[in-house]
Amino acid sequence: MQRDSIYYLLFSTIHDVLKAEKRLKETNFDFELVPVPRHLSSDCGVCIKTPVSPAELLSLIPEAETERCFVFDGKEYVTYSR
Amino acid sequence: MVYLDNAATSFPKPQETIESLNRFVTSVGGNPGRSGHPLSIEAARIVFDAREKLAALIGGKASERLIFTRNGTESLNLATLGLVKEGDHVVTTSLEHNSVMRPLDFLAKTRGVEVSVITCSDKGELDLDRLKGAMRKTTRLVIVNHGSNVIGSVQPIAEIRSAIGDVPLVLDACQTVGSVPIDVEAQGIDVLCFSCHKSLFGIQGLGAVYLAPGIEPRPLTFGGTGSRSEFTEQPDMLPDRYESGTPNTPGIAALLGGLTFIEKVGLEQIRKKERGLRRRLISDLSALDRVTVHGNPLDDDALPVVSITMQGLSSSDIGYECSRGGVCVRVGLQCSPLAHRTIGTFPEGTVRISPGYFTTDEDVGRLMEVIEGLAKR
Repeated sequence: MQRDSIYYLLFSTIHDVLKAEKRLKETNFDFELVPVPRHLSSDCGVCIKTPVSPAELLSLIPEAETERCFVFDGKEYVTYSR
Repeated sequence: MVYLDNAATSFPKPQETIESLNRFVTSVGGNPGRSGHPLSIEAARIVFDAREKLAALIGGKASERLIFTRNGTESLNLATLGLVKEGDHVVTTSLEHNSVMRPLDFLAKTRGVEVSVITCSDKGELDLDRLKGAMRKTTRLVIVNHGSNVIGSVQPIAEIRSAIGDVPLVLDACQTVGSVPIDVEAQGIDVLCFSCHKSLFGIQGLGAVYLAPGIEPRPLTFGGTGSRSEFTEQPDMLPDRYESGTPNTPGIAALLGGLTFIEKVGLEQIRKKERGLRRRLISDLSALDRVTVHGNPLDDDALPVVSITMQGLSSSDIGYECSRGGVCVRVGLQCSPLAHRTIGTFPEGTVRISPGYFTTDEDVGRLMEVIEGLAKR
């Protein structure tokens, strides 16, 4: 994966987003909660935006249901597969 | 004013409740889970924290299975109307509140649901053999009042659980959550229904229900959840499936404060204080010739919910004199006609005295001045 990729982690519910946030706050990983980009979903919720690879992050949030992960390479969003 | 109606709603509220509510309405204010802006996210964090704390208090490991409702009544409606189908059989007890009896009456009249009501003793004891004997192949639910809102009796969950086999157990815990320790997983409670403004020290307008894994009632309301907004179909993820529409976030913020208070004081300390208040009330009231204390005055495990009648005086007369003396008590049937038939006080009802954590000895003393004055008449 290229070095300055940005990842978006989408969850089913705000409850799951905040469960993931609670877990990630216990780490030093860089992340923030942002509105779900309109390209990815017409949802009105928030998702996690991070430069850290989902491979690392998802191992930390096993019980939270991560719906979809996307990689943003500066131009377009591509579905990230584990 | 002396407030002795905590079984209806607790008052006063702890400072933690007031501060958390105040913080929400003055500096947060957003609609949780509805937008990506900071105040919406902060509101959602309050809801999340309250949900996690409350789930932990009742032993629920999956906090998303803890659903916020308008009140204990709505929680019980979700359990009954959402789970019972045409032709099902339901078993319940004669100590239930109308928030159980009325939905069951509706189901019986409109859906052919059969309801068996196990008559309890006038001391509030449930006959476990009769409960076991009432079970049928078609029994869909057993609904039990955990702590009586009329006489304070508390039912033994472990014994009930073993009497009913694998049938889902719905517990009406409106009077016990926040006072009596509850562990939904260890005790095998499938649906726990309760209000959040009594012993949990939230404000009025908030209840909750915990649904054990596998329990999936039909929702009572459908609508916007802030999730899966591209679909017109109701989402099936929890808690969203059961929480359509803007939630009572101020109420949830107040609850978060109440839960913080409970954590600080500890359930044991709260229970100890309540036991002391009940003992004092029972001892002082039992000493008066004309006063009858209903239920089981000797039951030290009962809640501080004490129902009395006085020879030669109606409950409304006693209630009126209490009000004139600056003491707030509840008179009548407390929305529980069957419970009053059970203890032999229907239709007259009783005077219900329910102190709470903040009740002082002086408060009880003031009540006793009024009652003793009436007893001398």
